[in-house]
Amino acid sequence: MATYTTNEFRSGMKLMIDGAPFNIIDCEFVKPGKGQAFARVKLRNLQTRRVVERTYKSGESVEAADVVDNEMQYLYNDGEYWHFMDLQSFEQVAADADSIGESGKWLKDQDMCTVTLWNNMPIDVVPPNFVELKITETDPGVRGDTASGGGKPATLESGAVVRVPLFVESGEVIKVDTRTGEYVSRVKE
Amino acid sequence: MDNGRNNQDWRPTASLLALTKNAAVYRWIREFFEQRDVLEVQTPVLSHAGTTDRHIESFCTKFHSVSAEQSSQMLYLITSPEFHMKRLLAAGSGDIYQLGRVFRQSELGAQHNPEFTLLEWYRTGQDHHQLMLEVAEFVNGVLSNCADYTMMEHEQLSYRTVFRQHLGIDPLADSTKTLRLCAQQHGFIASEQGAGGDSTHHDLYLDFLMSHVVQPKLGQGKLSFVYDYPASQCSLARLSNEDARVAERFELFLNGVELANGFHELCDPQQQQRRFEQDNVMRDASKQTPVVIDRRLIAALTSGLPDCAGVAVGIDRLLQFILSAKTLDDVLAFPFNRA
Repeated sequence: MATYTTNEFRSGMKLMIDGAPFNIIDCEFVKPGKGQAFARVKLRNLQTRRVVERTYKSGESVEAADVVDNEMQYLYNDGEYWHFMDLQSFEQVAADADSIGESGKWLKDQDMCTVTLWNNMPIDVVPPNFVELKITETDPGVRGDTASGGGKPATLESGAVVRVPLFVESGEVIKVDTRTGEYVSRVKE
Repeated sequence: MDNGRNNQDWRPTASLLALTKNAAVYRWIREFFEQRDVLEVQTPVLSHAGTTDRHIESFCTKFHSVSAEQSSQMLYLITSPEFHMKRLLAAGSGDIYQLGRVFRQSELGAQHNPEFTLLEWYRTGQDHHQLMLEVAEFVNGVLSNCADYTMMEHEQLSYRTVFRQHLGIDPLADSTKTLRLCAQQHGFIASEQGAGGDSTHHDLYLDFLMSHVVQPKLGQGKLSFVYDYPASQCSLARLSNEDARVAERFELFLNGVELANGFHELCDPQQQQRRFEQDNVMRDASKQTPVVIDRRLIAALTSGLPDCAGVAVGIDRLLQFILSAKTLDDVLAFPFNRA
């Protein structure tokens, strides 16, 4: 059984707590001047997506979640499941809405994603840091306005809504940072 | 992009404003003590003995003599100037203060840097209650002279009182099991061994509850002093004559952050020696390296330490408060990662 000590804790690390896999979001060192040191961690339950805060005595060992991160290609969504394929083995997995979470709104056919498997079941999907998606709907562009602040909402082909500059038009392809959900640039096709 | 950032890591992380404030605070500290006739002293950073405290690890280094017969000597970087300053007090220095760097192994985080600045001072003929008042004057003085704060009120609450107020439990009377359940309710994960019932775990749960639940509520818009810590956390404070379950130790919290720790100092050499030895026995049991006991401190106590109270204030954290900085990186020119 693999374990991590609290000193090794990093965000993104997966732990097993009470039989459920968790992902470390954040870890903080807490220590009274004259007392015991602690590791305070913020964790996401990868099954329920719920975020909890837990504290360990510094130096304690915690069971590592027996999970595998796989680079897989997104194939399609059948309305209930999102399907991914391992390009080496051609094995396919199907992820439900719970394990997709917020990531679903960034997925475009054939994009490579990091799929976390637990007992061969997908429990987490991380989209690429940057995706290029077509705008399906936004207010008409304002001619000549190339840089002013403000912006407007735009709906993308994957369903996500992001704020874009006023000059960006419906039908254009834009680059978005999926970690922040922010518009990066227009993409010339 | 990462390369670009790495090329910039020669730069200080603190702003010029922070450095200016830092200088102003140092200036003001020296003025404060000069007006009160407290003598500034300098004591060694490299020491032949270290702290036995089980929760504080010293950096160790070696001195290599030029003469081959003499083998190299182990040295500790001080974690506090306390032992040396007490030797000065025992030698008759009278009231003294020191502003300097101390070093603590493995302490790194938003509120911790392995090397940090401590202001430590001692008042002879005073107890911890009198010293708390002077600490309040000191902090208020810094905040109003080096920043735009108006005088803050201060409160003195016993350790027992804050636990009752914020947790509804009695840290001196309740069982270890009660403390454990309370800690677990607040998100503490007790390991299998941690589920035992000995006194070490008692303090573990107290430390957790204090640092995670009570402390964040202290010092909100005022200076909160907590005094009469459990005897098991006496450190170098004397035990109370009225209630042997508590030690005459205090801490100051501001904005949920621990800012100072003070004692009505233990003067009894035998008791001090026993505490050091007990610490080393516990260190041995938990596979920590035992520490060389400071025989010169014990000799100084034997010769006679005047009745006194002492306190250590974390100056970097005080600056952090003045500048509303989230992490120490914003007040240190070069924090650990860039040192």
